Amino acid sequence: MEAKLEPIVKTLQAKFGGSFEEFRGEVHYFIQPAQIVEALTLLRDQHQFELLSAQTAVDYWPQTSPRFHVIYQLSSLAQNITLQLRVPVNGDSPTVPTATGVFDSANWRERELLDMFGIQFEGHPDPRRILMPEDSDGHPLRKDYPLGYEEPQFTFNFEDIDLRKPYAKE
Amino acid sequence: MGVEQKLGNMGVVTTTLESVVNWGRTNAMWPMLFGLACCAIEMMSAQSSSYDMSRFGMELMRASPRQSDLMIVAGRVSRKMAPVLRRLYDQMPEPKWVIAMGDCASCGGVFNNYAILQGVDEVVPVDVYVAGCPPRPEALIHGVMTLYEKVKADKFVPTQDK
Ligand code: SF4
Repeated sequence: MEAKLEPIVKTLQAKFGGSFEEFRGEVHYFIQPAQIVEALTLLRDQHQFELLSAQTAVDYWPQTSPRFHVIYQLSSLAQNITLQLRVPVNGDSPTVPTATGVFDSANWRERELLDMFGIQFEGHPDPRRILMPEDSDGHPLRKDYPLGYEEPQFTFNFEDIDLRKPYAKE
Repeated sequence: MGVEQKLGNMGVVTTTLESVVNWGRTNAMWPMLFGLACCAIEMMSAQSSSYDMSRFGMELMRASPRQSDLMIVAGRVSRKMAPVLRRLYDQMPEPKWVIAMGDCASCGGVFNNYAILQGVDEVVPVDVYVAGCPPRPEALIHGVMTLYEKVKADKFVPTQDK
């Protein structure tokens, strides 16, 4: 681990418990949803992580439970280090407190996570879909969302599909 | 001195109104700019000097649907774009035609997924489909020529019965 990261991870462990994983120099720190706002505030104010450079999620269904990990990638421009915070959330009604109070840039990213994964962010100022049309169903980046939209037409099923296809009128 | 002779000297040709109007339509077709993705690059080069679509009276790409009579949908249409596409189509004055350029606009192409419309014929009536990913400029010009053949055969009937 990067020498500058060690004391920071130690501070986090002393305050929040939790564990970390390291992969090729990237440190992922696991934390509970209830603690995330406090952890982000601490890192921003005391450890110069002034940039939330990415906020994303991964769906590990069906191998892992809880199925979602919400990931916050923090960068410190002053110290030239990055740190990932991972929040595991359950699939039934995934809810995480919003980070918009700490980093303004979390606003649209949380809307994207809401849209793509259906993760609710409690206290988000504007919880709407951002990429998909307002009236669409489901959350496309979930692993159980059906792949492929339309059955491909081959010679044997051409007529079949053609009859079902919703052609536009004049 | 016969009238026929005189008129013959003036170079009069007789034809039907239909064919002269359709001839006029084909030789001054103004396509609307509708470049949505990679296919738009080929549409641009079809306009450029080496392919030069203006030989066929199409040098004017209009940015406004009110001034155009041909919509070349060049590229993939996302589901969020679909209502916009339809609205622009509705704003075009009659008579109007649509060319679906490329596999994506014709049938969704390689993007068989939640984000992309599986062919623009779900939202607007398409006259000519141009295959290819992307179609070469020659293919687009051939598509336009095919459309001209269609327009030349047009009959004057009320649009509802078309
Ligand atoms: S048909 Fe090919 S070139 Fe055209 S928009 Fe689709 S992917 Fe791009």
